Amino acid sequence: MSFISYLINGISLGSIYALIALGYTMVYGIAKMLNFAHGDIIMIGGYTIFVVMNTLGMPPILGVLVAVVVCTILGVTIEKIAYKPLRQASPLAVLITAIGVSYLLQNVALLIFGANTKLFTSVVSIPAISLADGQINLSGETTVTIVVSVVIMVGLMLFIRKSKTGQAMLAVSEDKGAAELMGINVNATIAVTFAIGSALAAIAGALLCSAYPTLTPYTGAMPGIKAFVAAVFGGIGSIPGAFIGGILLGVIENLSKAYISSQMADAIVFAVLIVVLLVKPTGILGKKISEKV
Amino acid sequence: MKKAMSLILALSMAVASLTGCGSAASGTAETESAAAGTTFKIGGIGPVTGGAAVYGLAVKNGAQIAIDEINAAGGVNGAQLEFNFQDDEHDAEKSVNAYNTLKDWNMQALMGTVTSTPCIAVAEETNKDQVFQLTPSGSSVPCVQYDNAFRICFSDPNQGLKSAQYIGENGLATKVAIIFDSSDVYSSGIKDKFVEEAPNQGIEVVAQEAFTADSKTDFTVQLQKAKDAGAELVFLPIYYSEAALILAQANTTGFTPQFFGCDGLDGILTVENFDTALAENVMLLTPFAADAQDDLTKKFVETYNKNFGETPNQFAADAYDAIYAIKAALEEAKATPDMSAQDLCPVLETAMTKINMDGLTGEGMTWTADGEVNKAPKAVKIVKGAYTAMD
Amino acid sequence: MDKLKKMNKTTKSNFITYAMVIVAYIIMQVLVSAGVVSSLMTGLLVPLCIYVMMAVSLNLTVGILGELSLGHAGFMCVGAFSSAVFSVATVDTITSVPLRFFIAIVIGAVAAAVFGVILGIPVLRLRGDYLAIVTLAFGEIVKNFINVVYLGMDGKGFHFSMKDTGSLNLGEGGKVIINGAQGITGTPKNATFTIGIVIILITLFIVLNLIHSRAGRAIMAIRDNRIAAESVGINITKYKLMAFTISASIAGVGGVLYAHNLSTLTALPKNFGYNMSIMILVFVVLGGIGNIRGSIISAVILTLLPELLRGLNDYRMLIYAIVLIVMMLFNWSPRAREFREKYSIKRFLNRKSIEKEEA
Repeated sequence: MSFISYLINGISLGSIYALIALGYTMVYGIAKMLNFAHGDIIMIGGYTIFVVMNTLGMPPILGVLVAVVVCTILGVTIEKIAYKPLRQASPLAVLITAIGVSYLLQNVALLIFGANTKLFTSVVSIPAISLADGQINLSGETTVTIVVSVVIMVGLMLFIRKSKTGQAMLAVSEDKGAAELMGINVNATIAVTFAIGSALAAIAGALLCSAYPTLTPYTGAMPGIKAFVAAVFGGIGSIPGAFIGGILLGVIENLSKAYISSQMADAIVFAVLIVVLLVKPTGILGKKISEKV
Repeated sequence: MKKAMSLILALSMAVASLTGCGSAASGTAETESAAAGTTFKIGGIGPVTGGAAVYGLAVKNGAQIAIDEINAAGGVNGAQLEFNFQDDEHDAEKSVNAYNTLKDWNMQALMGTVTSTPCIAVAEETNKDQVFQLTPSGSSVPCVQYDNAFRICFSDPNQGLKSAQYIGENGLATKVAIIFDSSDVYSSGIKDKFVEEAPNQGIEVVAQEAFTADSKTDFTVQLQKAKDAGAELVFLPIYYSEAALILAQANTTGFTPQFFGCDGLDGILTVENFDTALAENVMLLTPFAADAQDDLTKKFVETYNKNFGETPNQFAADAYDAIYAIKAALEEAKATPDMSAQDLCPVLETAMTKINMDGLTGEGMTWTADGEVNKAPKAVKIVKGAYTAMD
Repeated sequence: MDKLKKMNKTTKSNFITYAMVIVAYIIMQVLVSAGVVSSLMTGLLVPLCIYVMMAVSLNLTVGILGELSLGHAGFMCVGAFSSAVFSVATVDTITSVPLRFFIAIVIGAVAAAVFGVILGIPVLRLRGDYLAIVTLAFGEIVKNFINVVYLGMDGKGFHFSMKDTGSLNLGEGGKVIINGAQGITGTPKNATFTIGIVIILITLFIVLNLIHSRAGRAIMAIRDNRIAAESVGINITKYKLMAFTISASIAGVGGVLYAHNLSTLTALPKNFGYNMSIMILVFVVLGGIGNIRGSIISAVILTLLPELLRGLNDYRMLIYAIVLIVMMLFNWSPRAREFREKYSIKRFLNRKSIEKEEA
């Protein structure tokens, strides 16, 4: 019985990683950059909801909506100011800039909200489900997180397959130069990608803080890194890959805590990652890179 | 060329900031020369940015209140106190940098550092330079290994020992699970001693579950394992922000053991927006309780709330006591502000062992020559969202 | 002067790099002995040496080998802990400080190199971001592992445990060396500025000679075009591994200095986590990828910057972040480049000389 509850909690944690990883992987696929500030946008989303719900006393759904708007604007602004001028520069330069942005967001939050932990009121009001005579407890947050991330993943895939913008995104990710020649506005497409990624970050923030209800300026940093690992795990650039990678990461993390050693869980997760990448060098669902001679 | 330019840019920024500092420094230097040797310069070190900022900021604020009070009441031996708090980002190397900065400022005594690992590194330096050091919250054993270092808080092993004894003597439980932070000095220090002492108290440690600084969001597995092991009591030698999460998750998974913690747990009731019902019946050993009804605590909490908009935690109280302890030692030693740090150090060392002080974190606090404090830990239980003293 | 002109360009460039380090050393020594340097600056001398070494070491991987490593702090951690264990264990038996410290440096370098080989053999076939993430994972594993290790020593030798100090079963007079998360305390403070500078010079000698050797050219050929390099018969694995291992062992020596500069050594996210690896990467990128001298200068500036910003109190790290972003934008964005070209000093000087000639 406890195995099932470990598994469910792992899936719940994993689906939050997956949600964050979706944002990472989209931005990577299209802009070819690792947006290290993604985790901190999640934190900003969390604080926005906190302010709307607790300080202004608005209902949770409004909080999430405001957070989505705030994060989208923030994401697009950051892209415009900090990343766009570096479009031609080395990918490493953009990576460092992203790290700078990450420090900036953390320190701004520290100055505005202080370092004290804030306890987040869950935005989920679905009651917990109890199975097998209370042996297994499925909290409302777990259910919602899993459902929301599946819906978002399917939605994203449909969006990319069916819509014109989605097709443009695919084209840009394949070949920026060729896409531009075909009349696609590359800059606008990248901006849209950042907008979607940041909106997802806001939702991830809402769910992360609901399931694990503490909020500090550094809340987003570690889940951000873990999600990045998840994205690579699944094959970076691939949307279903990010989803699978996220879930797997959460499950492996929780099962190794449960059955091997809670002290070594981080090491085990990373060791599994190394092994997976050695066997499949581009991740679970990664594309094969063909070598041009 | 472009690199040269960027370096010039960077350099000019560095220089600009340097001159910025320089002018600020010369500003203080002027006031200093106006009042040469008329103030005691107390330095403080702790993290005010980074993940441990919450502790450093609390210490900084708590100490500032004490400094302001003392200055308003006429200072120490007729001299005012000057306070300078430097950031160390909870890093040993940065902490030594902060210490050197304070040395350049001509600090006469050090109140710090806040966290253990940096504290050990700085203690090495203060011992070398013979500067008096009083740490409010550096609880690991080697923090006060030298004669010139003292502390306000209990040492980690002491807390582990006291916790095991308290649980054993009061027969709270025989099967105990521990959830601790294996990447944290404070937490693993208490845990080690607790595990060592447990058999003597008839306590069986049925589970030792760890988390790390890198994975402290999900505690369901640790709780589930404690539950499966049949723990009647879960010992939490951790800080309150993680404990708040653990209590919330235990509640959603329907696990309701007795929870028992140390001084790190203090502050849990003041976490903004925390549902205090979750902490009902949680017990903790702590020297400070923010809602204690004595005048000293009430006044401190009120001032803190007014100045910083928050309820102080135990770190703030430790810092407040630390400043008053330094004051008491300065008075005991009949120190004058024109003494250098090296002159002050030996006399303060002797004075510390002689003073007897009532503070926020204990009554009749005395210190032994090895730097440890003698005060009674209070066991409190949270009933209806407030601390209730236990005996 | 004539001699300088006759030297070929690379020798001259190398010469400038060495001279820069030596001149900086002499100036600092003179200033320190004159007593005009603040305690803060004096205390920063050894850390500066450490970060210069780390930057040079990572530049070898990133700039010369062309692979992104986000786990350099892991090698530093290996070097730091292996050497600190040695120093603490032998502090009573080997009384000659120079000898003990020398052995400690060798141990740190070798231990890190061994890990470099172990990690390098399977991993160097990955490329780009995948290699980056594996090295990041390696760094985190090392850090996590160190935090659960307990190591003690008594008359019978070493005792090892992963549970707690109690299960070490230490005999009479035994001492705990690594105490889990509490790490190692009481490492002798042997690192000095002079030793740091000497090691930097040795490092530079190794790295610069490597770059301009046959092996170095092979390594750079692999970086620029792997397939072409392979087709002319360059043994890819051998050269990649060579560069990676040297880089790791230099990082290990950086760790040795780090461990012997502070009396306490713990593996925290702050000092040996990915944050540190990224910080070193910032030095390398800002100094110019592949530019060793640039790495040295930017490591010095960026290490000093947060300390110099102390006057700003709470806004310190905020300003640091902004400076970082602005510097990156200034360095790389096309508009800033145009601006710089328009107003560059070199052009200004050139124009003057042209005008002179015309006149």
